[in-house]
Amino acid sequence: MLGRTANGLYWMFRYIERAENIARLVDAGLRVSLTRAGSSDQDWHGVLESAGVREAYSEVHPELTSADAIDYLLRDTSNPSSVLSCIDSGRNNARMVRTALTRETWEATNEAWIDLKARLARKLKPADMPELIDVIKHRCGLIRGAFHGSMLRNDLYNFSRIGTFIERADNTSRILDVKYYVLLPAVSQVGSTLDNMQWESILRSVSAHRSYGWVYDGDYQSANIADFLILKVQMPRSLAYCYEKIVSNLDYLAETYGERLQAHETAAAIRTMLKRGSIADVMDHGLHEFLEDFVSRNNQLSAEITTGYRFYQ
Amino acid sequence: MNQKPGNKPLAFDEMLAAENLPREPYKTYHEWYTSQDAAHLIRKTQDAENIFRKTGITFAVYGHADSSEKLIPFDIIPRIISAREWRKLAQGIEQRVLALNAFLDDIYHKQEIIKAGRIPRALIEKNVTFLPEMIGFKPPGGVYTHIVGTDIVRTGEDQFFVLEDNARTPSGVSYMLENRETMMQMFPELFTLNKVQRVEDYPRLLRQSLATCAPPGCKGRPRVAVLTPGIYNSAYYEHSFLADQMGVELVEGSDLRVIDGRVKMRTTKGYEAIDVLYRRVDDDFLDPMTFRADSALGIPGIMDVYRAGNITIANAPGTGICDDKAIYSYMPEIVEFYTGRKAILENVPTWRCSEPDSLKYVLEHIEELVIKEVHGSGGYGMLVGPTATKKERADFAEKLASKPDNYIAQPTLALSTVPIFVNKGIAPRHVDLRPYVLVSDKVKIIPGGLTRVALKQGSLVVNSSQGGGTKDTWVLED
Repeated sequence: MLGRTANGLYWMFRYIERAENIARLVDAGLRVSLTRAGSSDQDWHGVLESAGVREAYSEVHPELTSADAIDYLLRDTSNPSSVLSCIDSGRNNARMVRTALTRETWEATNEAWIDLKARLARKLKPADMPELIDVIKHRCGLIRGAFHGSMLRNDLYNFSRIGTFIERADNTSRILDVKYYVLLPAVSQVGSTLDNMQWESILRSVSAHRSYGWVYDGDYQSANIADFLILKVQMPRSLAYCYEKIVSNLDYLAETYGERLQAHETAAAIRTMLKRGSIADVMDHGLHEFLEDFVSRNNQLSAEITTGYRFYQ
Repeated sequence: MNQKPGNKPLAFDEMLAAENLPREPYKTYHEWYTSQDAAHLIRKTQDAENIFRKTGITFAVYGHADSSEKLIPFDIIPRIISAREWRKLAQGIEQRVLALNAFLDDIYHKQEIIKAGRIPRALIEKNVTFLPEMIGFKPPGGVYTHIVGTDIVRTGEDQFFVLEDNARTPSGVSYMLENRETMMQMFPELFTLNKVQRVEDYPRLLRQSLATCAPPGCKGRPRVAVLTPGIYNSAYYEHSFLADQMGVELVEGSDLRVIDGRVKMRTTKGYEAIDVLYRRVDDDFLDPMTFRADSALGIPGIMDVYRAGNITIANAPGTGICDDKAIYSYMPEIVEFYTGRKAILENVPTWRCSEPDSLKYVLEHIEELVIKEVHGSGGYGMLVGPTATKKERADFAEKLASKPDNYIAQPTLALSTVPIFVNKGIAPRHVDLRPYVLVSDKVKIIPGGLTRVALKQGSLVVNSSQGGGTKDTWVLED
């Protein structure tokens, strides 16, 4: 396959993953503003930060209001990470690699674009938000489903998956990093309503507020939440899960191509670190430092894959 | 009625000889049509549009902000050609395509047609589409035009004319295939009622035909790739469609590089050689070292590889001269010169504005004529005299007088019509036809082709960029 095709698939699936994650972040933000008495527009500060667009936002909007924040995150095309921009870029990449996609995958992507472009063309009304968030998740789910149900398990598939999991690991670690102070045992007043609400919001941003209960018997505890999102390999948005997948996708490529690259070493090292680590060590070492370090290693891996498989000239 | 009384006679209606009196090829269809419920057909028209939109069968219109992707309107009434009519067309097209290849071989080698005084030397050698780089070079298999689209119009029962030859990079074949696919999905019963010749083999035949023309040194199964300018090109959908249907890579210039005298593509495993490149970029952009230095679409050095005989480029560089409308006006001579027989298919009478007498005639009769740029395409840069405003005609006359070499003129033909489906029933609209021809060691013509239809009442411009639509085209079995 062409290096450019690998690149196109990788980014197509990064953008689709990002679109869904942004929708989830907005969902969690809306939830906070609904449940908290006297909620303020400042709640959106953290959401913008998690999406990695706080500074860019303030260049466009001098003030922080929930309406502007939601608009910026969902439909502002000057924001390359808005849902609309992601869907557009994802679909552009899909067009570029169309010969590599099954008809089902292409059509699900194209229809997502047609539908979301129309829905996000107008200013959003608060009353439409729940349905809109659902539709975004639904559309992304359809793309994923079509992809899983119809693509050959070859190198095309594996490059696409690597894109998904690099992006997901990046998103999960950012969400945690923005809220890391909430999870520090020293500062948090364990069991307070404020903490519960904050913690639930973290879990909701990764669609894990239900599954958490099944794994940890209900009670919110900061160390458990960090453990769940970082080390729990059963949790599909945890860093550990993402790296199980990345390593196996990369191994497939190494086996098929008969060549191991620097990327394989990097990925394996990160996986081992996540597999052997305990949450107590992470907290002792400093959650923020840990996450910062993780994000940069994740980026490094992405760069190594890009050059190792000749994505660009 | 699409013409005012007192004007020229009515156009030839291909379906109906008179009201409710269908011509022979349309009999079965017409009977089926009259038994259909209008509301049902309206729904089918919407279904068709949804199929095209969902599949992303779109094209880009240049010079329109925020309308970067458009659908080509599809009409659900097929255009039907009898086996007898088709045989004559196919013979005429084959003769013409063989003549074009012989002509190209001649002008890049011995130039006998010039020496014989049948065509002016300046018209060839001063032509911007004539490539001196091709002089003395024989492309693999001796084939210049691997893929040709011959535009044909009809004015009467047996009057067919060639309107233009597209020997450079004819487009639209994906619409021919998708139109058939859509019709078969929507009206399967029609294909049991009528015996329609297949077009679905086109991608397979194209691949075969390209592989046959691989360079002589190629060992094993030739590696074919389609070269596209990228996703912002108006015909990108077609490029990806053809690559996909043929099962070959779709490459851009940035994927390719000349290494060790071969053209190679950058894969995730390293660089791999290509034997045949079906390029959908123009000559100018093919090789920045030979042609346009600012081209980011091309592959530096590919022309050297080509001349060394290590890659086949389809169509060959320098074939664009056949699309020149001044050359077109010489086609009857060209066909006769190389085949020794009169052209089976007629040309539309053409005035070369480069000739003073013709120019004078054209300027005096501008309101009756269609005037075209010799290098124009896509319906751009032309004047349709009868429908143009006074000011448009005056402006055009000025351009014409200042640069006569750049124009030819033709009479406004009463193009045949085929009905399209409208909410009130059916209404006649003008059509043309572009059959697709594959040339390798043999010539293959796909039965039918792309019918383009002017959707505006009375309009003669069928180009998709100018509001034209398409129809499925049936050639019936005997």
